[in-house]
Amino acid sequence: MLILECPYCGVKAEETELAPGYEAHLKRYGPGSTDEEFEAYMFARKNPKGVHFERWRHAYGCGKWFLAARCTATLEVFGTYPAQLSAPPAEIIAKIKAKRPDWKGLK
Amino acid sequence: MKRYSVFAIAREALNYHMGWEKAWKSPEPKAEYDAIIVGAGGHGLATAYYLGKNHGLRNVAIVEKGWLGGGNTGRNTTIIRSNYLQDPSAAIYDKALQLYENLSQDLNYNVMFSPRGLLMLAQTHHEVRGYMRTVHANLLQGVQTEYIGPQRVKELVPILNIDGPRYPVLGALYQPRGGTGRHDAVAWGYARACSAMGMDIIQQCEVKGIRSEGGKVVGIETTKGYIGTKKLGMVVAGHSGQLAEMAGFRLPIEAVALQALVSEPIKPCMDVVVMANTVHGYMSQSDKGEMVIGGGTDGFNNYTQRGSFQHIEETLRALIETFPMISRLKMLRQWGGIVDMTGDRSPLISKTPLGNCFINCGWGTGGFKAIPGSGWAMAELMAKGEPGPLAEAFNMWRFKEGQFIDESVAAGVAH
Repeated sequence: MLILECPYCGVKAEETELAPGYEAHLKRYGPGSTDEEFEAYMFARKNPKGVHFERWRHAYGCGKWFLAARCTATLEVFGTYPAQLSAPPAEIIAKIKAKRPDWKGLK
Repeated sequence: MKRYSVFAIAREALNYHMGWEKAWKSPEPKAEYDAIIVGAGGHGLATAYYLGKNHGLRNVAIVEKGWLGGGNTGRNTTIIRSNYLQDPSAAIYDKALQLYENLSQDLNYNVMFSPRGLLMLAQTHHEVRGYMRTVHANLLQGVQTEYIGPQRVKELVPILNIDGPRYPVLGALYQPRGGTGRHDAVAWGYARACSAMGMDIIQQCEVKGIRSEGGKVVGIETTKGYIGTKKLGMVVAGHSGQLAEMAGFRLPIEAVALQALVSEPIKPCMDVVVMANTVHGYMSQSDKGEMVIGGGTDGFNNYTQRGSFQHIEETLRALIETFPMISRLKMLRQWGGIVDMTGDRSPLISKTPLGNCFINCGWGTGGFKAIPGSGWAMAELMAKGEPGPLAEAFNMWRFKEGQFIDESVAAGVAH
């Protein structure tokens, strides 16, 4: 069972308390963008086997969105951070690099 | 290949059954093939089979990371049906159902197709309306289904509680031609037929890279070395994203875990397949007597082939309310498979941005029932380089155009 710590309330919540929101750090495209950009934003996904950054909502807690760094191949959690950040914090990146030396970084 | 028949059994019995040959060969890869298919699951093997049978392309290799039929082909709940709302879906799933009906004879291998009938229970008024709409759509598509009332449901499935307190059974969408098949036998039957046509099934051979020149595939790097090819078909379900990354494009797909479980075997008590989408559980009884139960998908990306525990409880809670007699049944095994979910819950059978490279994926939670139709359509696409009528609507550019084949809304749940 997946357990994530909500970065706002500090509660270690298991997955029935959380609502998943899939890929984080998507660059948003709207009016004025090309069809290709809009399609990629709407539908194309990284879906990596390994390090992944995701949106989650503490649905049955504070109700706020947060972001999580997680490994999809092992379900290991590297850390969570507030949804206001546009990139993962340096300490989470350092932790991932220490545990996954061949990780190519957030593309 | 020696044919299987009653005479073969008698002949081999005289030899103490020592003379049976291996069903398929395990060759080393050649330097180059006319076509390579990545993934020796049901869909990959069916594609290879129809490439050989319908299009005469026999210099074909099927490479497989693990073992034949060891992915989702061996992990599903074996339900076969074609009662879909959207026309392109109904066409390809009904093609698959028609092929299943003669598959044992066609492959000379008993796939144990059992058209025992399939019920989708309507337990809310929305579902009643939804299924009536599907029945009408199916009539127009030429797919035989009917809407039946609760008493008829009770006659078909006496162990079903039709007046439960929360979700009484208001009716059902009934497809008498639907049923189940033996999932492993489908993969094994296709593998045997492919091997007999001279195709190479190469197991324990993982694809590590895709080599292309001038925007066209020329070969694949594998754990058994480089293999050249004129055409490449990717048919790998959950790991489609990894292969697409090697080929240099992205897919509208997320890989999530879907799980299923079986109970201890009991005496025959239910001879139809029952799906209850509102409470989200579906169940059939296997020939061994086990109740085969399908559960829910997780809502997050996962490649571990095991699902979250709470889905087991959710599924069983719902089924116990619907089938009170199973409340004391012990569950024997539980497992997960990695399903490739697209945005509209319909598959991709498509050309790709890379020339001579074709993809068949995105079957999500309902791939087993589609195996023969999917292989038929994918083989046509690979042989001709252009999609036929079955595959046309399932191209990967439909997302850009907004031409979804929206089964996620049609079914309301995973299907």
